[in-house]
Amino acid sequence: MDGLLTAAFLSSLLTGAIVAGIPILLAGLGEQMSEKAGVLNIGIEGMMIFGAYLGFLTAWSTESLWLGFLGGMVGGMVVAGLMVLLCVRLGLNQIVIGIGLTLGAEGLTSLLHHFQFSRTYPRLPAPDRLDLAILTDIPVIGPSLFARHPIVYLALISVIVLTWAYKRTNLGLTLRAAGEKPAALDVSGGNVVRIRTVAVLFTGAMAGLGGAYMANIAAGLFIPFMTGGAGFIGIVLAMLARGHPLWVLIGALIFGVALSLTTALQVAGSNVPTDVIQMLPFAAVMLVLVIWGRKARLPAALGLSYERGAR
Amino acid sequence: MSVSGTQETQSTKESANGPLGEARHVRFLFLTIGPIIAALITSGLVLVAFGINPITYYTFVMQKGLFSGLGLEQTLTRMAPLLFLAAGLIVSFRAGIWNLGIDGQFLLGAVASAALAPALLGVVQGWLMLLLGFALAALVGAIWSILPALLRAYQGVNEIITTLMMTFLGVSLANVLVKLIFLDPDTTVPQTRTLPVVDRLPRLFDTTISSGLIWALGAVLLVHLVMTRTAFGLKLRTVGANPLAAAHAGLSVPRLTTAVFALSAGFAGLAGASEILGVNGNVPADWNPAYGLMVIPLVFLARFHGVGSIVLVFFYSALLIGSESAARRVGVPQDFTLVLVATLLIFLGLAEWLDHRRRKGSG
Repeated sequence: MDGLLTAAFLSSLLTGAIVAGIPILLAGLGEQMSEKAGVLNIGIEGMMIFGAYLGFLTAWSTESLWLGFLGGMVGGMVVAGLMVLLCVRLGLNQIVIGIGLTLGAEGLTSLLHHFQFSRTYPRLPAPDRLDLAILTDIPVIGPSLFARHPIVYLALISVIVLTWAYKRTNLGLTLRAAGEKPAALDVSGGNVVRIRTVAVLFTGAMAGLGGAYMANIAAGLFIPFMTGGAGFIGIVLAMLARGHPLWVLIGALIFGVALSLTTALQVAGSNVPTDVIQMLPFAAVMLVLVIWGRKARLPAALGLSYERGAR
Repeated sequence: MSVSGTQETQSTKESANGPLGEARHVRFLFLTIGPIIAALITSGLVLVAFGINPITYYTFVMQKGLFSGLGLEQTLTRMAPLLFLAAGLIVSFRAGIWNLGIDGQFLLGAVASAALAPALLGVVQGWLMLLLGFALAALVGAIWSILPALLRAYQGVNEIITTLMMTFLGVSLANVLVKLIFLDPDTTVPQTRTLPVVDRLPRLFDTTISSGLIWALGAVLLVHLVMTRTAFGLKLRTVGANPLAAAHAGLSVPRLTTAVFALSAGFAGLAGASEILGVNGNVPADWNPAYGLMVIPLVFLARFHGVGSIVLVFFYSALLIGSESAARRVGVPQDFTLVLVATLLIFLGLAEWLDHRRRKGSG
């Protein structure tokens, strides 16, 4: 086991943590805003897979990764738009519709891929990387941390921006009101439906971007069902983070490490079965819930649709 | 107040004369058949967009799943695990608990029965061996729900998250068990030891239908009666409808919640056993049919009603069997059924919304 702490192992672990952690981070940040506003967004997995598909298709046909990311955000927002219409506007059950949207998006993208590419999986060219000159030359952490696609740094910056927005702006206050006591927001002249619409669309954009990152950067190709539960992990992170974007980031990196441990251990020559390692992040979440479960505070009006005058 | 009073008398009069019964009939059609037709049409349009004739596809699926002898037998056999899962979901949904972890409970139940049954062969035979296999599967399924149950009952942790986590964990654990512990040393294929066909659940009459179907039908009907006709069922439904009121009424909410989880997950475990001891005989590595997420919409569509669930599971099962062979013959991947179920859920929601609005408008 002396190979475990070599530079190659640590480097591949760190790289893997970022590559696997970024989509979860984006999904978690998105879900966090929905939950703050009182919408439990179970459809996020569907938003990710649709974002992954549309993001890949855009990048593949335009040969531009940035347009690909835009396509991913649009894809996520299309699914989110349905969620807005059905759950925020009409007040249908958020869990039922969420499951429906996830199933539908998974099935539809699988069909689209089948009829377009049959059994082939075209690859995108390797992405450009931001090269931060001297920083990249630092051993071990240099190539992992400082030679990534710019979108990674934008995701990290969004953590800071969201923290500021939640704490210091009216938007943050309005979101919290919509999730805690929508009637109070309504009485004070706010618009519950509008703020929840914004929040769910934001979730769609972030989840779609996360999906596009998975397809375009992490994998370089689209495979049906490729999101594999990343959206559900995002939901868990958002629930555990108690409204703090920074906690979502920490959680996403921990998940990233656990998810990438398999590859890193293979680099180090160890042969722990992949299935055992794949259990780690989920076991960790359950452990966290057992210890701090009581503190996983959720907004009071989470999951409830708002209807003016209803009791 | 006076307005609602007159309306009440009006509706009593109507029910005496009969038209209300007719209205209920229309409402049932609108709420159940309506979404199904709308979903078939919308999904058909998706097929049209891909250049497939939906009528050809639907006809093919129906012929394979319903109107061919062997297809119908396969459909009825496939119903068994789906019905056990439906029974588990009816318990939990009626008690207001979102057990979304039935896939993990199903798989571990399957692995448990697949590990036990062949090992018992030299010791006990026949019904006793099968019974022990089913009992262990139910126990293992229930054990897999203990953590979400206790967290929900005593800490108030949302069970959607914990049961989903336990499913992810369960899928991996099932793989670990199959690949590392219960691996059949006699084959090169990574799978558990195979239970010989003669030792599996007997088939019905001269068909290939597994008799697991009978037990599964019994389970759904039993659950339906217990939930709607007994004091225990009423207690569970009270907890689901209003935990605070249930606590005030002197019910032990945490204990009942834990019982709901154990029952629901136990049925999911039975579903796994029925698939292994009735049909497959072993669990291959990386096997996960993921029936759970599909049965949830069906139970919803049936509004947690036992007989309704049976009817819908029958048609869904036929769809599964038909679409499996349509994937090979018509060239439409089986994932099309996901689109169909998704549109069904959405139209179900829309129909209920319309119904709610209409009744509010008139009342």
